[in-house]
Amino acid sequence: MELKDKIVESYVAFENGINVNTAIHDIRSEALQNFEKLGFPTKKLEEWKYTSLNAVLKNDFSIFPNKENSIEFADVKKYFIHDIDTYKVVFIDGKYSSFLSDTTHDGKDVCLMSSALSKSKYKAVIENYFNKIAKQDNLTSLNTAFANEGAYIYIPKNVEVEKPIQIINFTTGNDVATMIQPRNLIVVEENAHVQIIERHQSLTENAVLTNVVTEIYAARNANVDFYKIQNDKDNASLVDNTYIEQKTNSEVSVHTFSFGGNITRNNLNFYQRGEHINSILKGITIIEGKQHVDHHTLVHHIEPNCESHQDYKGIFDERSTGVFNGKVIVEKEAQKTNAYQQNNNVLVSDKSTINAKPQLEIFADDVKCSHGCTIGQLDSDALFYMQQRGIPKKEGKALLMYAFANTVLESVKIPEVKSRITKLIATKLAVNIGFDL
Amino acid sequence: MLKINNLHASIDDKSILKGLNIEVKAGEVHAIMGPNGAGKSTLANIIAGKDEYEITEGIIELDGEDISELAPEERAHNGVFLSFQYPVEIPGVSVTNFIKTAINETRKAKGLEDMPAKDMLKMIREKSELLEIDRKFLSRSLNEGFSGGEKKRNEIFQMAMLQPKLAILDETDSGLDIDALRIVANGVNKLKSKDNAVIVITHYQRLLEYIVPDFVHVLHDGKIVKTGDASLALELEAKGYDWIKQELV
Repeated sequence: MELKDKIVESYVAFENGINVNTAIHDIRSEALQNFEKLGFPTKKLEEWKYTSLNAVLKNDFSIFPNKENSIEFADVKKYFIHDIDTYKVVFIDGKYSSFLSDTTHDGKDVCLMSSALSKSKYKAVIENYFNKIAKQDNLTSLNTAFANEGAYIYIPKNVEVEKPIQIINFTTGNDVATMIQPRNLIVVEENAHVQIIERHQSLTENAVLTNVVTEIYAARNANVDFYKIQNDKDNASLVDNTYIEQKTNSEVSVHTFSFGGNITRNNLNFYQRGEHINSILKGITIIEGKQHVDHHTLVHHIEPNCESHQDYKGIFDERSTGVFNGKVIVEKEAQKTNAYQQNNNVLVSDKSTINAKPQLEIFADDVKCSHGCTIGQLDSDALFYMQQRGIPKKEGKALLMYAFANTVLESVKIPEVKSRITKLIATKLAVNIGFDL
Repeated sequence: MLKINNLHASIDDKSILKGLNIEVKAGEVHAIMGPNGAGKSTLANIIAGKDEYEITEGIIELDGEDISELAPEERAHNGVFLSFQYPVEIPGVSVTNFIKTAINETRKAKGLEDMPAKDMLKMIREKSELLEIDRKFLSRSLNEGFSGGEKKRNEIFQMAMLQPKLAILDETDSGLDIDALRIVANGVNKLKSKDNAVIVITHYQRLLEYIVPDFVHVLHDGKIVKTGDASLALELEAKGYDWIKQELV
């Protein structure tokens, strides 16, 4: 049976197994119909021209792993940012792991989507925010149809969350190929601040497909820093659909670090509904082998006097392939917009590929919009210079790549995340450099 | 220390060095002068090991050992230093981090431990004072946005830190005002000893007023065509290069 049919057929059983109100049920049914109509994306769609899920979808995925799988903390400690205190919302094969988690209801909610969807005390927030900005496209609809588990984060007015929150999805998939559909909702009220680290990590050699949807709402003066660490196993694929709505004077940054996995597709969408908003989108991609990382970004400038800053760096070795599609829409009303987009790529091997496409649609006439896109090789003169000073070629190359990626690391606000990323890059490049950049 | 015999080299099948001989002993300062396109920078790059040049004939020996097959970093570990005519900008790597990495990689190649941080700092302080380099300058990205003079001073600072056996200064005077020239020359002179040697590649005589050479060579069309003492540089300054070309005819 085709995966799509299998999914559609499982829906009734899934819906019977969970406890939700009629409104949510209606949203889900509609999403399922949508997915039934649209199916999985194919390369015929302009948005999916350079990323094919075909090979991945041939796996016989189990749709909802039912088994309660447990893992020892010691075995997965390395996937956490563990040198600082954090809240943790952890899932194993799509199911909540209370053992690995550290949630709170103390002055804010850092807990589970499943309880938010079913308990009456969250009803108002769910009604106001759930599935309000998520697109009705194929994969987001698929997620919505099965939306049940994930992180639910609600930060009330004026609350500055004292430590970062980690959202981690582990897949054990010991016997089977696993598909999971995590669904996160993050609501940050006026003047509130929060820092979030998200990671999807397979613990198996079996195929994994994660189709995650995250909705983030930043109210007036809210501040959200979101870090996505994508360094998964070679057989794990990820489609990350993130939707962010910002209100006046809010600032939201999303850093995406893509160092591994099979196929990684990031759909990152910002909607600016207010003035003096700042949206920051940054990414470092360092891949090799046959890995594929696709960044599709959208910044929708709807109102005047807002800014957006995009900076994506990519380093592609061996036969790896990359895609950068950065769309910026500036509506007619959005005068005095300042939109900046930078995408720089280094092809380390002549077998690697990058498809880069800046896409600017500007309808206002008094705006500053800049974009720069480069594709190049490592500078051989710089390499010779370093070798001349005694730095071996391999270390020199790594140093150049560090330097290249450094403009993105600079804006990481959690020092432990920064040093973790620096270490991941060093491991990735198989070098030991005696300092942190 | 350095012995080059009958060196022929080409780039993209274009022959640049055509039988060059030079011998540099410890404690000596040699100047290599010559018109544009004579092959001066090529010679510097070939000694340092830039791989786009092909050595078609001849030998390059350092302390009796053929270095022509060694990687640039191996030559550096053996004590070869080239002060670049155009130092490369490396955004994202500070001067301090760069020189630390360079020193520790060199030590690693020699089987030594990293230099203790305290010693490193002390050395950085001493050498930056010698070159009159501001502390703030050291935390800036390597050569990024540096003026011509700052770049050259930074080259000599790195030389002071690495303490090479053989230093080749490629057009270190170009782009320097008179004060910077004096600082750089003073730095080089302070580093000179009976155990190391310096090759100064220059177009003009002015640097040689500060760094006085034991030998002056004229490089023309890929060969050393004339060798003399410091007075030859003055003569070249006064008369230009044409008379040498005519002498050759």
